[in-house]
Amino acid sequence: METFIGAVINGLALGMAYALIAVGYSMVFGVLRLINFAHGSIYAFGAYMVYFFISIQVGLFWSIMIAIVLSGILAMLVDKLALEPLRKKQSIPIASLITTVGVSFIIQNGLALEQVFTSEKKGFPSLNLFPNIMIGNLTIQSSQIIMFAVALVLLAVLSYIVNKTKIGLSMRATEQNARAASLMGVNTNFVISFTFFLGGCSAAIAGTLISGYYQIISPTMGATIGLKAFAAAVVGGIGVLYGSVVGGLVVGVVECIAAQYLGSNVRDPMAFVILILILIIKPNGLFGKKGVSKV
Amino acid sequence: MKEKKSLNLLAPFESFVDKFKVPLSILVGAFLIAVPFLGASRVAMRNLVMIFLYAMLGMGLNVLLGYVGQVSLGHAGFYAIGAYTSAILTTTYGWSFWTGAIAGACVAALIGFLLGLPTLRLSGTYLTIVTLGFGEIVLMVLRQWESVTNGNYGIRSIPVPELFGWELTLSNGGFYWLILFLSTVTAIACYTIKNSNAGRTLIAIKEDELAATMMGIKTTRYKILAFVVSAFITGLAGAYYSVINNGYIEPNNFVFNYSIQILSVVIVGGMGTIRGMYFGSALLMMFPQVFRFLNQWRFVIYGLLLVLMMQFRPQGALGWQSTLPYKLPRRAKKALAEREKAKTVQ
Amino acid sequence: MALLQAKEITMQFGGLLAVDSVSFHVDKGEIVSLIGPNGAGKTTVFNMLTGVYEITSGAIEFEGKEIHRKTPQEIVDMGISRTFQNLRLFGKMRVIENVLVGTHIRTKYNFFDGLLRTPRYQKEEAEKTLKAIDILESIGLGDKINELASNLPYGDQRKVEIARAIATDAKLILLDEPAAGMNPAESEELLRFIRELRDKGYTIILIEHDMGVVMNISDRIYVLDHGKMIANGLPREIANNPQVIEAYLGGKREK
Repeated sequence: METFIGAVINGLALGMAYALIAVGYSMVFGVLRLINFAHGSIYAFGAYMVYFFISIQVGLFWSIMIAIVLSGILAMLVDKLALEPLRKKQSIPIASLITTVGVSFIIQNGLALEQVFTSEKKGFPSLNLFPNIMIGNLTIQSSQIIMFAVALVLLAVLSYIVNKTKIGLSMRATEQNARAASLMGVNTNFVISFTFFLGGCSAAIAGTLISGYYQIISPTMGATIGLKAFAAAVVGGIGVLYGSVVGGLVVGVVECIAAQYLGSNVRDPMAFVILILILIIKPNGLFGKKGVSKV
Repeated sequence: MKEKKSLNLLAPFESFVDKFKVPLSILVGAFLIAVPFLGASRVAMRNLVMIFLYAMLGMGLNVLLGYVGQVSLGHAGFYAIGAYTSAILTTTYGWSFWTGAIAGACVAALIGFLLGLPTLRLSGTYLTIVTLGFGEIVLMVLRQWESVTNGNYGIRSIPVPELFGWELTLSNGGFYWLILFLSTVTAIACYTIKNSNAGRTLIAIKEDELAATMMGIKTTRYKILAFVVSAFITGLAGAYYSVINNGYIEPNNFVFNYSIQILSVVIVGGMGTIRGMYFGSALLMMFPQVFRFLNQWRFVIYGLLLVLMMQFRPQGALGWQSTLPYKLPRRAKKALAEREKAKTVQ
Repeated sequence: MALLQAKEITMQFGGLLAVDSVSFHVDKGEIVSLIGPNGAGKTTVFNMLTGVYEITSGAIEFEGKEIHRKTPQEIVDMGISRTFQNLRLFGKMRVIENVLVGTHIRTKYNFFDGLLRTPRYQKEEAEKTLKAIDILESIGLGDKINELASNLPYGDQRKVEIARAIATDAKLILLDEPAAGMNPAESEELLRFIRELRDKGYTIILIEHDMGVVMNISDRIYVLDHGKMIANGLPREIANNPQVIEAYLGGKREK
């Protein structure tokens, strides 16, 4: 029983961090109908930036702050430099998809260069900032609590931005109908940039939290986790913020339980098993709105 | 709605290839068959084998992506199914490579059919996501189903193919001729499919699904057909791979990156074309070899090339639209000629 | 018996009544026009007839058989085909290939015949190709069969759509603003072609804005306004119908 509860707690903490990555996919998919394959590499980039600034003696807090902003800017640049020109040319959708794949190659392998961080794994400072909590035989690590709490607060902030602010309104308008929104005076290019910025920031935070939990980073760390988080976003219903949270938690908990009882081989693919089951039952995800097809 | 005319430096080359298709093919064909006698090194032969293998994989995905317009991010899954089915049948059950390979392709096609079924409910991007999940789940099954797949250890001592007692290997040119044969047959099949009712139908669905529906096309049925054909070709390629990889396959040979690599072949070469698959494959297979001196930089540059390609030539290197007249069926041509004659007699 | 009979068909989108209990019929060999101001629901009626929309209530019969619960594919198979107001050609296919796609539903050879080029394929493919060429020649595109559809001028693209619709062996052809974007000479030629079609035994329903065209070609006219059928009759009756004039000229000044 304790191992089961332990797996659930572990899953909830991880799942919350997945949700933080998932919203980045979800927001970008919402406005552009694009799977942003560069997102996982930005998650890795964020973690590496924290590592770098700590290594040059910037304090933990400021290192994280700088990393968040840099990751947001990087995500925005990806859009400005590589994706916006494609939109202007009205390229086929697959061109954007391949572009994000190319960008993820650049970032991921850029981090792994000998002159940069090398491809070797690096230690990452632990985020066990206060003593672990013991309940009977059950240990809850402080990094798990921090991961859960920080992600929860940030998702609330994101939710506030999307639902209550002017820029959030523009984002939702663009998501509904980019052309109409732009005719109504919404600067869609700015909205899209901002969406990428927010996505990049949350990916960096998730990168920090998860790296602080595992205490290890590598340039390819974003590849699998990115795909999983994307699956989580789709499970919850793309374009719906709380959907990403539920999707992230479901994926996190299920994979931890599966890993506990079926072995570590099934940990990563669990996200996709859930994904396919959900899509077959509910084609728009758990909370997704039904898309209206036009003739 | 005319597209903006941009300067196309490849135009003379494009029309040259279009015009001299037949003599060019014969010339290139003769040369390709003779390659193993030209004293190429083992490494060169291995590279050639990989180029033709990936051209074949590209053609498989092309049926789905280039014809009907469905992006798949899980083709490594079909590749794996073909490879494992064939490998298990030849090692555990003593089947010959030939029957094993056909069985591998058929099992992949069957799974392709199942994967195509969600097209009834899902469209476009969502289906792409399902293919991505499919690839990961295949990997999980390979790792987990140890009694059959031997889990993470993979399958060893896969026998090489035999043809009338002659063992095909890399050094005697057998591997090379085999893939040359397989990829040529695939190319011919893709060509005849493309120039038949089924091929036209698939392309019509890509161009405008609603208009296709209003022409009476059962779009779901044809999309599933594309999945099946695509999976069959990819599975066959997988079976081939299982024998050339030093008799050894493991789940890591079929991870997500390989799906991306197959996709890149199609995109870089030119979606919807057959020539593009050979070219895209040659480019992508040779790139890491030629730029070995760049060490890790080459992967960064590889990414950069993909990005630039999408900016400046999204149709792919050889992805032009043929400027030749429509190739009339032989009998139609004859009938038209007779009509002409009747007219002039009058 | 009428070839096509629509009985009080209604189309409701949420709270919006796009087509409200509309009835009409078309006899074999007729050219019937459906006219009305923008947003009257004409294209919606086409979408209902061809199975794009599932009608909210009412019934549609074609050759005495109910078709309103059938799929678009089944309806094409029964012999109704259409063109689109905003062109929907297969742009990256050649003109002749577009028309060959139209013959899809009458093509009998299967996937393997095509793959292996069996005699069945050879024979039927030749027949279909000749048929496509004949249709294109009759519509005046004989010299453009090898062009990419998207490279043609607007007027020619409309013709390709019509050719594609004919290629399905339809008995009833629905033309959604076929003369839009054509110059007077072109549209004159198109009218002649549509009459020829009728004389060959096709039945045609036309949506058209150009009143000159409509009055000139129609055997009968139905007038829609705000989803309701407000008038029907012979062209000259419609031309003098005060309700129609009001619906049409409501906001506009007389020329």
